[in-house]
Amino acid sequence: MPENYMFLTELLGLKVYDLKRRRIGRVRDAALVPLVDPVRVDRFLVGGGWAWLTVRHDQVASISLDGIYLRDENLTPHHGDEYMLRMVRDLLDQQVIDAQGRKVVRVTDITFEIRQENGHDVLWVSDVDIGVRSIFRRLFQGVLPPRWIRKAQVIIPPSSIRWEFCNIVEPDPQRRLRLNITHQALENLHPADLADIVEELSPEDREAIFETIASDAAADALSEVEPEIQTSILESLETEKAADIVEEMAPDEAADVLAELEDEKSAEILDEMETETKTEVSELLEYDEDTAGGMMNTEYVSLHANAKVNDAVAALKGHEELLESLNTLLLVDADERLAGAVPVARLFVAGGDTPLKELSVERLLSVRVDEKQARVTELFDKYNLLTLPVLDEEGKLAGVITADDIISVLRQK
Amino acid sequence: MLKRLRYHILIFFSVIGPGFITAMVDNDAGGIYTYSQAGAKYGYLPLWTLIPITILLVVTQEMCSRMGAVTGKGLSDLIREEFGLRTTFLILAALVVTNFANVVANFAGVASSLELFHVSRYISVPIAAIVVWLLVVKGTYQSVERVFLFACVIFICYIISGVLVKPDWKEAAIYSVRPVLMLDPGYITMIIGMVGTSIAPWMQFYLQAAVVEKGISAKEYAESRIEVIVGCIAMSVIAFFIIVACAGAIWSVAPRDIEDATDAALGLRPFGHYAYLLFCAGLLNASLFAACIQPLSTAYTVCEGLGFESGVNRRFGEAPIFYWLFTLLVGLGAALVLLPQLPLVKVILFSQVINGVLLPFILIFMILLVNKEGIMKEWRNSRTYNLVAWISVVILIGLTLALVGVTLRDLAAR
Repeated sequence: MPENYMFLTELLGLKVYDLKRRRIGRVRDAALVPLVDPVRVDRFLVGGGWAWLTVRHDQVASISLDGIYLRDENLTPHHGDEYMLRMVRDLLDQQVIDAQGRKVVRVTDITFEIRQENGHDVLWVSDVDIGVRSIFRRLFQGVLPPRWIRKAQVIIPPSSIRWEFCNIVEPDPQRRLRLNITHQALENLHPADLADIVEELSPEDREAIFETIASDAAADALSEVEPEIQTSILESLETEKAADIVEEMAPDEAADVLAELEDEKSAEILDEMETETKTEVSELLEYDEDTAGGMMNTEYVSLHANAKVNDAVAALKGHEELLESLNTLLLVDADERLAGAVPVARLFVAGGDTPLKELSVERLLSVRVDEKQARVTELFDKYNLLTLPVLDEEGKLAGVITADDIISVLRQK
Repeated sequence: MLKRLRYHILIFFSVIGPGFITAMVDNDAGGIYTYSQAGAKYGYLPLWTLIPITILLVVTQEMCSRMGAVTGKGLSDLIREEFGLRTTFLILAALVVTNFANVVANFAGVASSLELFHVSRYISVPIAAIVVWLLVVKGTYQSVERVFLFACVIFICYIISGVLVKPDWKEAAIYSVRPVLMLDPGYITMIIGMVGTSIAPWMQFYLQAAVVEKGISAKEYAESRIEVIVGCIAMSVIAFFIIVACAGAIWSVAPRDIEDATDAALGLRPFGHYAYLLFCAGLLNASLFAACIQPLSTAYTVCEGLGFESGVNRRFGEAPIFYWLFTLLVGLGAALVLLPQLPLVKVILFSQVINGVLLPFILIFMILLVNKEGIMKEWRNSRTYNLVAWISVVILIGLTLALVGVTLRDLAAR
């Protein structure tokens, strides 16, 4: 690393000199103003005499381990700082989310890069430091001279996270706006990774994340979170936001989550949901959790028994959102009774005019909605199933159980 | 109404674990020795201290579990966030030293209890260390907790053993509620020792971490609080039966000092083989149990406070420092017991001194944290509760400092 860097541990306590090289005071904190610039340190808070003074970045001439020299000494007292992200108060020793490493980490130190801007020095936040090396710096900060610490620390492997991957969690929505905190980086994570991260956070930080990220990303992540945490998240959210998220979830998962909530709260959330999803979810809620009905999903693709491969391809085009995990098409007759099940892969090797009926599996299996959970898992194991259709009391197709539902059931045991 | 009750009972069982386990581990090898000594030397007289001890324990444990449930963060996390890294580091360093001494004492408990069954310590201790290591490293939180809860049940050994000795129940009942103060230095030291072993720094960290790990929320906190209280009472009940057993078996024959917990077990022998066997089994269980939990809790606390990955649900490669710390504590702790001339008593006394120095800081940090609005919101202590908490803390600090003084005097005399 070149010499143009500085650690927060070194910056704190650094002496500040005015134009006549008289000492004004020492640096107590440094702050970003994220709405103006998300990486450049905008001000230094300097303790001198009674109150703290604010030094703007453009009032600084040079920054080094020898001190900060000013080029403009018209300093103002420090007040009102809701729009500032203060390094010591808001960041040091607090938790941040590392979007690249996909984990929650605790900030031990911060590395700044010293840059030139219009002929004077400014600090850019470059990394957040975690790990043993930064702990070493913290412990000896102010005990040993900074240059000794720099020399001694090289024997310890560094461990840092680039600033652009750091996500700060702020429970207060007002402050979140003022600090310009969004969680777009988190939306791009795999839902299962986001779920792991969320599980590690405190309840109020969890709530902050679910309030901020888009409903569909929130829904995907929520499906992956442990059941107890799911309930506590939904309970803490505004009903409207909770409904938005639940609506985006797969109906069977939405029903599972709602079933865990207290009756009153789940009714409130259901009321807020759109009619179509609401009916679907409420129907699923009727079934006992330990039966096929409680396990099944209502998101499937079904076609008429006389349909051809071309019809199937057209139908799939209308269900793009299901394609990632879909492996079986279902055939039903005019009375919605199950007539066949076609593995999707068979479509590729058949001609466009082939009747789907000919591609159907040889042994058509299905269960009734009231079939016991244990029996269903047994069927999956015995026949190596990926998808199992579920029929209602009248023998009509009601939903499907897929292998991932079975895995969740088995994992919970 | 009935449905509501059933709901609460269900939640109670879902939150059971942290409070019970913490309170039970409190009766580790050192604790059993202290209670046995109290019963053997002073008979039923010290029984009255158990009620105040329970209250002190409930007050401190309740605050920890509340902090865990409300913030979802461990105690060392909170100390780090509010008081900075350097303070946290010092506290953790002291905690590692005192917990290490505890681990040594508990492996010594394993060794001596199995030596009564003619198992050499060179066999028993390495096996115990490997069992402890495998259980924690290869287990998941749920499976580990299940084993621990089962270990809690084995503490019933002491109850049965106490009953088999046929102590004087009338006396026991009377002295449980009648405080006896004597200006006998030995008696006072013993009372201080009883309080000192009952409330240890590691418990506060362990309980809060376990509450967080179990995912108990502020909403379930009412049930969690009951669990903590029931756990503390259960711990005192076990302590009661240990004292009563030793009072009935040793004191009623001839009051004397005992060497260690196995000496107490031997004293029970004339009262039947089962009383003796159960007492030994209890000691073995308690030592093994504590030898699991204390290194585990230490590794958790240190990693949490310093920001390293931790948790039994992570694999070795994901949380190396956590597992290494745990492994070293178990390995070195067990190895030390096998040293031919280990001054075990000195190790235990030394750990009590650090315990005593550390506890005041932790208790004061706890009260400061539990009263911070930014952290606890509406779950802060009420004014009355604060009064009780501060009085408890001041009493505890006074007693532990007295214990430190007495211990230092003993160490100097040796």
